[in-house]
Amino acid sequence: MFEYAPAPESRDIVDIRPSYGLFINGEWVDSLGDEREKTINPATEEVLSEFAIASDADVDRAVSAARKAYESVWGRLPGRERAKYLFRIARLIQERARELAVLESLDNGKPIRESRDVDLPLVAAHFFYYAGWADKLGYAGFGRRTADGQSGADPRPLGVAAQVIPWNFPLLMLAWKIAPALACGNTVVLKPAETTPLTALAFAEICRQADLPPGVVNIVTGAGATGQALVGHPDVNKVAFTGSTEVGRMIARTVAGSGKKLTLELGGKAANIVFEDAALDQAVEGIVNGIFFNQGHVCCAGSRLLVQESIETELLDALKRRLATLRLGDPLDKNTDIGAINSAAQLAKITSLSEAGEQEGAERWSPSCPIPEKGFWFPPTLFTGVAQSHRIAREEIFGPVLSVLTFRTPAEAVEKANNSPFGLSAGVWTEKGSRILWMADKLRAGVVWANTFNRFDPTSPFGGYKESGYGREGGRHGLEAYLDV
Amino acid sequence: MARFGTITLVGDAGEVSTLTTSLAEIASSNAALRAFLQGLPGVDRVGADQRAAMLSTRSIKTTAKAQAIDLAISMVDLTTLEGADTPGKVRAMCAKAVRPDPGDPSVPKAAAVCVYPDLVEQAVDALGRSGVRVASVATAFPSGRSSLGVKVEETRLAVAAGAGEIDMVIDRGAFLSGDYRKVYEEIVAIKAACAREAGTPGKGDAHLKVILETGELATYDNVRRASWLAMLAGADFIKTSTGKVSPAATLPVTLVMLEAVRDFRAQTGRVIGVKPAGGIRTTKDAIKYLVLVNETAGEDWLTPDLFRFGASSLLNDLLMQRQKMATGRYAGPDYFTLD
Repeated sequence: MFEYAPAPESRDIVDIRPSYGLFINGEWVDSLGDEREKTINPATEEVLSEFAIASDADVDRAVSAARKAYESVWGRLPGRERAKYLFRIARLIQERARELAVLESLDNGKPIRESRDVDLPLVAAHFFYYAGWADKLGYAGFGRRTADGQSGADPRPLGVAAQVIPWNFPLLMLAWKIAPALACGNTVVLKPAETTPLTALAFAEICRQADLPPGVVNIVTGAGATGQALVGHPDVNKVAFTGSTEVGRMIARTVAGSGKKLTLELGGKAANIVFEDAALDQAVEGIVNGIFFNQGHVCCAGSRLLVQESIETELLDALKRRLATLRLGDPLDKNTDIGAINSAAQLAKITSLSEAGEQEGAERWSPSCPIPEKGFWFPPTLFTGVAQSHRIAREEIFGPVLSVLTFRTPAEAVEKANNSPFGLSAGVWTEKGSRILWMADKLRAGVVWANTFNRFDPTSPFGGYKESGYGREGGRHGLEAYLDV
Repeated sequence: MARFGTITLVGDAGEVSTLTTSLAEIASSNAALRAFLQGLPGVDRVGADQRAAMLSTRSIKTTAKAQAIDLAISMVDLTTLEGADTPGKVRAMCAKAVRPDPGDPSVPKAAAVCVYPDLVEQAVDALGRSGVRVASVATAFPSGRSSLGVKVEETRLAVAAGAGEIDMVIDRGAFLSGDYRKVYEEIVAIKAACAREAGTPGKGDAHLKVILETGELATYDNVRRASWLAMLAGADFIKTSTGKVSPAATLPVTLVMLEAVRDFRAQTGRVIGVKPAGGIRTTKDAIKYLVLVNETAGEDWLTPDLFRFGASSLLNDLLMQRQKMATGRYAGPDYFTLD
C-alpha cells in the first residue's frame, strides 16, 4: 500500500486583507453604496474576506476614470510604450505566481496543481503574447493597408472596454480580457465574479506595482446588478463577457443598438469523439482531462463522450479504472486532482441535473471516493446509456459529470456532435490523420482538438459557434475585438 | 476485450488451457504475430509524455517518502557491466547489496546484483544465503548480435553457474525489420535455457528478464509491440534498456510498458514484472517511477518481485536521502561507500 502523505502548499505566502474596496483610477476607494459581500473558501466554507458591491455610481466613477485615462494617456501612448507596461505586468505575474496560484485555489476551490501548472503559466503567457503585439498592430491584418494597397493609418483602439468575467478561471479570464484590450490601446473596467474576486483584486496591486497610469485598469467588484450597470453604461465602447448563455443573451439585448462592440464567450456541451482506432490509453487521459479538469467548470469541457460502439465496453472499463485513481480533496494539497465545487449554488445545479439524468433512465456511476464533510464537493460521475434527448446530453452541467453516448459511423458522430445549440469545442480521437481533417471540417465548433483536449495557448484563437457566443479571444484574431475595424 | 479476438479472456484457472492454445496461435506464423502486434492500440506520443510529466509532479513527502525510499532500495538490481569488471569488484558490490549501509542494519537489502556471465560464480559465492539474487546478462549483451546457439549456450553457462535471473536482449534488428517471429523464437529458446539442471547451484529455474532496448526501438508503438511480444514468448520481466544506449529508461517508456503488463494480466491472468534500467540516479527519479507504477499498473506491482531498478549510483543517493529523513541532516558523500 503506497499512501501519499498530505503535501499541502503553504498558504502563508498570501496576504488576504479582511476587507476590500474598489480599484478606481489607480486608488483603493470605498464604495459609494453600502452593500458588501463575503467571499468564502469553497473547500472549507471559511470566510476569506469581504468586498464591496459596486453601485451604479461606483460604476460611473470607474468608467469616467477609464475614459479620462484613455483620452489623456493610454490612447495616445505609442504601442512600444504600452508594450513595456504589459511586459512588466507579465513579469510581475511570474514573480508572484506561487502567491497568485495559492490565492486562486483558496478562493475558487481548484487544485493547486492546476492553478500552479495551468492557470498561472497561461496568465503570464497571455500578457507576454499581447505585449508583443502592441507595437505591431499595423501588421496584424486590421487596417494599415487600404484597399488599393496604399499604406494607411494604424488601426485605432475603441476606447473604454467593459469586461465581465466568470468564476471558473478568475485570473486567466482576466488576462484574456485585459491583455488584448491594453495592447490595442483601450482602457478597461473589469468586474470579476462575486464568488472569486480575490485574484482580480491582487491584480489591481500588480497594476500599481507596474506603475500603470491611473485609470487604465479599474476593478469593480459586485454581482449581476453591477455587471448590468457596467455593460449598460452609455460611455462604454466595447463589451466583453464570458459566462452563461442566459446572461449572454441579456447582455446582447442591453447592448443592441447602442453601437458598442460586443464579444460573448458562453456555454458549451462539447462532444469528445473516440474512434475505434484511437490510442486508447491516451484517449482515456483525454476524456479525464476533458471533463474532470477544473471540476468540469470549463465552458469547453468535453461533457459528451461519443464513443464508437465497437469499443464501448473496452473504453468504459479503462475509463472507470482510471477514474478510481482520481484524488479528490483539499485543493491546496499538491496531489489533489479534483478540488471543490465553486459554490453551493453550482453544487445544487450539478446535483439537480444529475438527478434528472437518473430519472430519465441513464445509468449513473462514480468511483468510491470519500467526500470531505465541510465545503462543496461532487464526485467524478459517469452516465452511460445516455440518449441525445436526455437533459444531461443537452444542457451544460458545468461540473464533473460525463454523459456517454455511442455512434456507429463517422457521419453519425458528426451528426450527434453538431446536434446541440452550442458549438464551442470538440475533440477527435483517432490514429487516422485524414479522418481528423475530415471531422474538423464538419464539426461546427470553434475549437477542435485532435488527440488532445483542453489545451490552451495564447497564440490560438478561442470562441464559439451558435449559442456558444461570438467573437474570438486569443491569437491575432483576438485583437480585432479591441480595434476599430 | 473484443480487440484481442484471438485470446480468450481468462477469468479463472480453468480457462488457462484455452489461453495457451490461443497464445500459440498468435505466434504460429510471422503473419499472425504481425497482425496481432500491429493490431494493438497505438500510443500517442504527446499524450503519453504528458501523462508521465503530470505524474512526476506528485509530491511524495514525510512518511510516504520514507516508505518509498525503503521500497526503492529493496528493488535495486545493483549493476556492474564493464569490460574492466573483476572478481574483486563483484565481491565488493555484493557486500554492498547485502548491507547497503554498514552503519544502519535497518536498511533493506538490494534485490539482486547484475553482472556478466563469467562473474556469476563469484557473485553466487559472495552472496551465499543472503537472499540477494544473482542476475546475469546474457545473449551477446548488449548488442545481441550473435547466433542463437551462442546465446543459448551463454545463458546455460550463467544458469549453471548459479544465476537466478537472466537479463537477455532482444534482436532489435529482427524486430525493426518486421521479423517478429525470429524475436519470439529466440526468447522462447532462451526461456528454455533458463531451466535449471539438477546438481547446479541455485534453486528453481532462472527468471527471464527481456531487455527491449527501447532507445533503439524509438517509437512508443514499437515499445508496446515489443512488450507484448516478450510477454507472449514467456518473459517474466520486461526491461527497458541495457544502459549502453542513450536514451535508456524514461518515464513515458516505462509508462507504456506498465500499461502493457496491466493489460496482459487483465487478459491472460499472468503477472509480468517491469524493470527500468539506465539513467536513474536520484531518489527523486526513483520516486517518480514508483508513483508511475502505483497509478498505472497499480500497487500490486510495488514489490521487488514485480518491479526493479537497474542502477548502480542510485543506491547511494537513496541511502543519503534515507539518512537525511532520519537525522534531518545530509552527511557528505564520503560517508557512503563506493563499491
